[in-house]
Amino acid sequence: MKRMSLAHGALALAWMALGICAAAAAEAKEIRIGLITPLSGDVKTYGESVKNSFLIAVEEANAGGGVAGMKIDYVIQDDRNDPTEAANAANLLVNRYRVKAIIGAVTSKASIPVSDIIQAARIPTLTPTGTNPKITVADGKRKDYMFRSCFIDPFQGTVMARFSRDTLKKKSAAVLYDASNDYSKGTAEVFRDAFRKMGGAVAAYEAYGKDDVDFSALLTKVKGSGADVLFLPDYYSKVGLIARQAREKGLKVQLVGPDGWDSPDLVKIAGDAIEGGYFSNHYSPDDERPEVAAWVRKYKEKHGQVPDALGTLAYDGTKLLFEAIRRAGSDDPKKIRDALASIRDFHGVTGKSSLDRNGDSVKSAAIVKIEGGRQKFVKTVNP
Amino acid sequence: MENFLQQALNGLQLGLVYALIALGYTMVYGIVRLINFAHGDVFMVGSFLAFYAIERYRLPLPAVFAAAVIGCGILAVVIERVAYKPLRNAPRIASLITAIGVSLFLEYFTALHQVFGPNYYAFPRPFRVVSFHAGEIAVTNLQAIILAVTVACYLVLRFIVYRTRVGRGMRAVSYDVVTAGLMGVNVNAVISFTFGLGAALAGVGGVLYGIAYPQIHTFMGIMPGLKAFTAAVLGGIGSIPGAVLGALIMGQSETLTAAYLSSTYRDGIAFLILIGVLLWKPTGILGKPRAEKV
Repeated sequence: MKRMSLAHGALALAWMALGICAAAAAEAKEIRIGLITPLSGDVKTYGESVKNSFLIAVEEANAGGGVAGMKIDYVIQDDRNDPTEAANAANLLVNRYRVKAIIGAVTSKASIPVSDIIQAARIPTLTPTGTNPKITVADGKRKDYMFRSCFIDPFQGTVMARFSRDTLKKKSAAVLYDASNDYSKGTAEVFRDAFRKMGGAVAAYEAYGKDDVDFSALLTKVKGSGADVLFLPDYYSKVGLIARQAREKGLKVQLVGPDGWDSPDLVKIAGDAIEGGYFSNHYSPDDERPEVAAWVRKYKEKHGQVPDALGTLAYDGTKLLFEAIRRAGSDDPKKIRDALASIRDFHGVTGKSSLDRNGDSVKSAAIVKIEGGRQKFVKTVNP
Repeated sequence: MENFLQQALNGLQLGLVYALIALGYTMVYGIVRLINFAHGDVFMVGSFLAFYAIERYRLPLPAVFAAAVIGCGILAVVIERVAYKPLRNAPRIASLITAIGVSLFLEYFTALHQVFGPNYYAFPRPFRVVSFHAGEIAVTNLQAIILAVTVACYLVLRFIVYRTRVGRGMRAVSYDVVTAGLMGVNVNAVISFTFGLGAALAGVGGVLYGIAYPQIHTFMGIMPGLKAFTAAVLGGIGSIPGAVLGALIMGQSETLTAAYLSSTYRDGIAFLILIGVLLWKPTGILGKPRAEKV
């Protein structure tokens, strides 16, 4: 404990020294960056932890004299997890606030419209948490100003398929997904194909709409299909509703899902219906690496709760962007972009990651179990 | 077969909640010839009132229903006074557009942080939902409660409309406003009462909906509102048994579409029914054709 804080202090001093030198050279220049995150709407717990973590990273950088001699100035926009709002937010940041780089958006469905706008405007943007492949590559074309600091859906879909098949020994899977949500649909497809390839059967593969709240018909179908594992690729609020109705319909299948499950509100909505479910995540606060413990302590001190994976990714993503700005040594968007593209083996709280040629991070996933209403770390899966 | 029965049961649960909303549409239409598009949003307010009653004040279930019923009733009476009454003699399209305006106002005003807020809230369960199994079919105590409450509401409504003084007034106004007025019926009071009564039923629907599908937000009233409106048209708008019948059909069609076609078609089919009814039988199943008065 003591040693840690000493090391921390030394690091902070070193940062400060660096910062002071640079600041003297560049006379307190500022660089403005934007953050797009859902601070209201159906996934607001994501947005809040992303914002909190982003602010911690910014504060740290500014306390250390800024990045490459520039103080970080920021503008935050709420996208309500709505693609249209996200596009508006990106336009505002680019045209009115004239930001040099953007962190966001948080969800895939909001990040996809953002990626098109920033690509046209040539503003380097990094989504800390959007996992759909289409964010960085569309129709085989790389959007070269768009990056991400998390793994992509094909990876987590495959991880959960393998976990269901090999570890949980499930034979027959059912998948329910939101047909209007790129994240949900993308992960569902990958899971289905991977589960089949591993010799499992897919007994039910059903879509629902964005505003559906009554899943009784689909769940009755799943029950009749004889599936022994149900994959629910959606955000926590929908998953909570489905899990609850599944339990009430008397379904006894194993529930599994992707990182969208990660929210304290999941258990609030689902109650004990989600108990025993497994999901893939970007990190677990129970992971024993020292960086994780230090980060959890830092976040808890400020916000009184354990940071979720989205917040942690946002912290890592913001630091990754700062690293690129430092390497670029300027606020020129083009130079920041080039620096981002060249980053390899970046050490963050969520582990080591490298950006591949699509601007996607290659990194490991954690599998988490919901036990006693809390998240419990099960194991790490490497790419 | 078990599967089909189970699905029919799922559809019944949905249809009963729609029925509570459809009754409000049909009564208001029957009396003032207004399609009250704000009705779905009154239903939403009912859900939120129940949410606060349970989460913040920990009221017992009957008090939760009372809070939603009274709150929605008052809201609807105020809406009628402020937004519809001044336009009662204006062309009908003016009231219709006002109704849409009131609907949008309720949705966006309540979405402000100072009111309900723009978030999705987990609706707390006031009791444990348990399921009973009869063979392969699961029935929950929640479904039993929804059925009992809806039937009770329907009976109370029938009693009010056919056995009370104000009910007679309602029927008279629905038949002919001017003559009813001449005969000494207090038309304004009757219209206010009708709005309040319809909204009270929507309030009950809001509580049941919140318990059944425990996630609420300020735009949650739009879809159930439109479905209930379709149900009222299908059953014959203006007809009370028609609204219930229409709602039960809507509930079944939605669930069976999701079960045997695809869940993504459920809304499409629902509105296809609306278009079909309007094209081929605009008076609905139980509605009576009404001669236009000159």
